Amino acid sequence: MLRPTTDRAASPSASRWLVLPAGVWYFFFFVIPLSFAFIFSFGHRGAYGGIELGFSFDQYVRLAQPIYSKTFLTTLAMASAGTLGCLILGYPLAYFLATRVHRHKLLMLLLVIIPFWTSFLIRTYGITILINDRGLLNTLLMNLGWVSEPVRLLFTPWGILLGLVYNYLPLMVFPLYVSLERLDKTLLEASKDLGAGRLATFRNITLPLSLPGVIAGLMLVFIPLTGEYVVPQILGGGKILFMGGLITSQFVSTRDWAFGSAAAVSLIVLLLLVITVYMRRLGRRAEDPFA
Amino acid sequence: MKAVEVQELPRVARRAVLERRRGLESIVEPWLRLHSALAYLFLYIPIGVVIIYAFNDSRLVSVWGGFTTHWFGDALRDVTIVRSLENSLLVASMNALLATVFGLGAALALQRVGPRLRLFFNTLIYATLVTPEVVVAMASLIFFVRVGVPLGLPTIIATHVVWNTSVVTLLVRARLAGMDRTLEEASFDLGATPWGTFRQVTLPLLIPAVVAGFLVSITFSFDDFLLSFFVSGPGSTTLPVKIFSMLRFGVSPITNALSAMILAFTLSVVFMAQYLLRQEGRGVRLVRVR
Repeated sequence: MLRPTTDRAASPSASRWLVLPAGVWYFFFFVIPLSFAFIFSFGHRGAYGGIELGFSFDQYVRLAQPIYSKTFLTTLAMASAGTLGCLILGYPLAYFLATRVHRHKLLMLLLVIIPFWTSFLIRTYGITILINDRGLLNTLLMNLGWVSEPVRLLFTPWGILLGLVYNYLPLMVFPLYVSLERLDKTLLEASKDLGAGRLATFRNITLPLSLPGVIAGLMLVFIPLTGEYVVPQILGGGKILFMGGLITSQFVSTRDWAFGSAAAVSLIVLLLLVITVYMRRLGRRAEDPFA
Repeated sequence: MKAVEVQELPRVARRAVLERRRGLESIVEPWLRLHSALAYLFLYIPIGVVIIYAFNDSRLVSVWGGFTTHWFGDALRDVTIVRSLENSLLVASMNALLATVFGLGAALALQRVGPRLRLFFNTLIYATLVTPEVVVAMASLIFFVRVGVPLGLPTIIATHVVWNTSVVTLLVRARLAGMDRTLEEASFDLGATPWGTFRQVTLPLLIPAVVAGFLVSITFSFDDFLLSFFVSGPGSTTLPVKIFSMLRFGVSPITNALSAMILAFTLSVVFMAQYLLRQEGRGVRLVRVR
């Protein structure tokens, strides 16, 4: 027997409730904790650590002091440098993958993601083995006679930068690859027919048309870089403080929750600013692809 | 296309001619190849070094002393390592299970809800993915401590599930978007109940995305450091937290052996996910044939 059509319309409305478990989980373990952090950021450190609630901007004023604003600037500078490094290293690679590789394309792409799916800590550890004073890089450089004594990289900003670029490179390559791959090939032919060489075609056609991918890649790398903790700890030896390190130390050693919360809230505000600027630049292109 | 407006052409053309004369064109191809080869080397050398030195018969991490496999045995005999491995496996499987169920439910439900609720939920999903992990980790810590929830494996699982629910929702939703809806309608027209349609038509079509989401969630838990570091209590150390402390307090080849084992584990999960996602591609094609 055929069911009446009203039944078909009624059944989906029941499945609406399936959103509830996820919604409840987000509420308890995301929305409420973040609200706690927001509220705590206006409070004070309790006598034995912990928190004394209140309403003052003291923590934010403290955050504006030179020692802390320096951490903010270091984070921004290192995150920007790391993102830029990923772009410089990643763009030619993505371009090569999208335009020059024809056989084994999937394999070549997979080889770019695999490092990203392997443990972050282990990859960072790999870098320390490579760049320490008696590591492979220095042994190689000294045997080649290019340097007479080890180049100090570990526990320097350069070592951190290397680790940042290394860990986040795959995140940059992917959006770049997608935008380069989707590029309308007939435009390239038209450019060639009009007498442009490869460089001219690249500069006038490929580069401008791949900009959405560039912006997506920059965001994908920059956002997690601002909260990075592991790389500066391991490759910087904890000597160079990032926001991630500053926030963590408020909980692990100083036990100043109010200040840590204020630092976290500031970090989110900073990211929101960046994302807003990005949305405005991308305009209509940044619509939700799933809606 | 503003870059090639007509009035600009002469300058563009002049530059192109100059570049050809200077022979710049001929360097581009070899340079691209070299750059890409070096980039691949760069991606794999650090991982390769970790694995190679796991077989190094020397206490010093950077001096080669012959081939051995005894560090693997040493790693597996260390009670704290085995304990953290067990913890990680438990957290990973519970996280994957919960996140998959929640994400699947959310993705299915979001097709039916009104635009306002959908926008709200989408914003929430993106917020969970964009918020820096360190912020979520510290916020969760102060929440748990303030409310009086004891820190341990349950709190680690709770925080992991948030991020992974979002990932599973996005994966399943992408699959739903590419799915042929007429199949569900046909099922209804043939008299199947909503549950029957879900079980016999919708779920089988979604399986690749669901399993991929499950596996991604496992690798997340297995790799996550910050969330686990913040909300773990005494005795609930997970593997990444253990490795982090090993890295900070004196590195030994045991770290390498442990790393090599984790790499092997993660890679097998990744390959499984990859295989299933490829099946997913095939599935889409099969379904679209009318």
